[in-house]
Amino acid sequence: MLSAGSSSAAVETTAVRLDRSTLVVGGRTIWRELCLEIGAGEFLTVIGPNGAGKTSLLKVLLGLLPASGEIEVLGRPPGRGNPRIGYVPQQKAIDPDLPLRGRDLVRMGLDGARWGPGLGSGRIARRVAGALGSVGAAAYADAPVGRLSGGEQQRLRIAQALIGDPRLLLLDEPLLSLDLHNQREICTMIAGWQREQGGTVIFVTHDVNPVLNMTDRVMALVGGRWAAGRTDEILTTNVMSNLYGSPVEVVRVGGRVAVLAETGDPFGSHHDLNALQVQAGA
Amino acid sequence: MMALLRYEFVQNALLSGALIAVVAGFVGPFVVSRNMSFAVHGIAEVGFTGAAGGVLLGIDPVIGLLVGAVLAAVGIGTLGVRLRDRDVAIGSILAFGLGLGVLFLTLYTRYATEAFTILFGTITGVSRGDVILLSLLGVLTLAALAAISRPLMFASVDPEVAEARGVPVRALSIAFLLILAVAVAEAVQVVGVLLVLTLLITPAASAQKLAVRPATASLLSVAIAGTVTMAGIVISLVTPYPASFYVSALSFGSYLGARLVGPRLAVRRYRLVA
Repeated sequence: MLSAGSSSAAVETTAVRLDRSTLVVGGRTIWRELCLEIGAGEFLTVIGPNGAGKTSLLKVLLGLLPASGEIEVLGRPPGRGNPRIGYVPQQKAIDPDLPLRGRDLVRMGLDGARWGPGLGSGRIARRVAGALGSVGAAAYADAPVGRLSGGEQQRLRIAQALIGDPRLLLLDEPLLSLDLHNQREICTMIAGWQREQGGTVIFVTHDVNPVLNMTDRVMALVGGRWAAGRTDEILTTNVMSNLYGSPVEVVRVGGRVAVLAETGDPFGSHHDLNALQVQAGA
Repeated sequence: MMALLRYEFVQNALLSGALIAVVAGFVGPFVVSRNMSFAVHGIAEVGFTGAAGGVLLGIDPVIGLLVGAVLAAVGIGTLGVRLRDRDVAIGSILAFGLGLGVLFLTLYTRYATEAFTILFGTITGVSRGDVILLSLLGVLTLAALAAISRPLMFASVDPEVAEARGVPVRALSIAFLLILAVAVAEAVQVVGVLLVLTLLITPAASAQKLAVRPATASLLSVAIAGTVTMAGIVISLVTPYPASFYVSALSFGSYLGARLVGPRLAVRRYRLVA
């Protein structure tokens, strides 16, 4: 939304800036000359097929992957352990026997990285309870995390990411394997946080539809190429065909967007197409 | 029974047994949550070779065991960086270590009884000097574990977020392997190389079937390790059979019991399907 500003103002109005950034992992170029500026308080949705570098983008911003070019995150170069960034990684199965309550998982977001055994205090317990309440997870906060449903675990993950009062929230496929009801609730929760706290959201997903209404801008990453802009600018037959390097058709049905191959497979592999494809009737 | 306590070897056995059980009990939950059973086994087997080498060179086998275990831990940490490599790295190190052990056994012909002791443990053979050494190592291990326990837990159960939050995941993994090496060397004194898992895995595995809080699980693991070790030693003193057998049998019994009771507890507490 913000294209440029004076350097002093940029500290407050720009959350993330990548200038001519190139990422190469294991000899493979993930993206080339990426330029992107995300304004503070903006909701950016990142879409693209599997392996296009959506997760890598989050890792670069977290300081876990080195990329070339000029990169700034909340006014600083990316570095590990920035408490102003909240991160929800892709969901993984948790051992149902793991002796860890939802409460414990959320607390790790507050002081899990500190040394010493960490016996806890009333102040910490109150903050954890507050974070649990804000995502509606208080009812199952004392149950073992591994025994909770995907939707319940995802709420805990969001509470864990938000408990440190971050300014930037990075979410990696947070709706994966959730039913429609839970998808909606999670989206509403994240949009609520963005609105009320003025936080910045980078939302990585293979399906843009659940977040279409709350997305300020969308970035599509496909095979090393990228495009960013408003949804109506990017999710078009023209732009997407250019990105895929073969004709695809973008169809809008009842407020939903679907990217369909016109002839055969646009990206050489069926799965790559599926990643962007959305069933219109779903 | 009280009369037995007057013997120095009984005092040594109970003292070192209690201390070793506390160390094993605290280390165990991390071994379980990090899926490191095989690493424990590998470290112990190479520890055996270290002890055999120690005997050959006329050094205290406890020192040899410790050196072997630490070398194995460093090897596993260096060669098994990626999780996919770890199993294979441990297997290769373990096999080579045992090969060396066979060589040492052949070179030192009077070694047969010593080998049996290290393989199956003789807690009643622990000297006063050993007790002091084991106590020192135990306190060091517990202090190190306490210092890193919170970030280690974070890195064990939630590695991606931990790394993003600045937890030195890789360094902690090496540090834990070294702690594990000392804990293994300690546990070998009670149950021997071949049975270390009975103190380093089973009590923690039982505890996590019963407890939900991390701290409760750790304390329960210590309690179970302590109970089976002390009971095993005492029973072995009044019967003709070795402590290792009783410790491993009681330990396994606690695990079966926890498997039986645990799911019912969980269902009752959280109204969840087990």
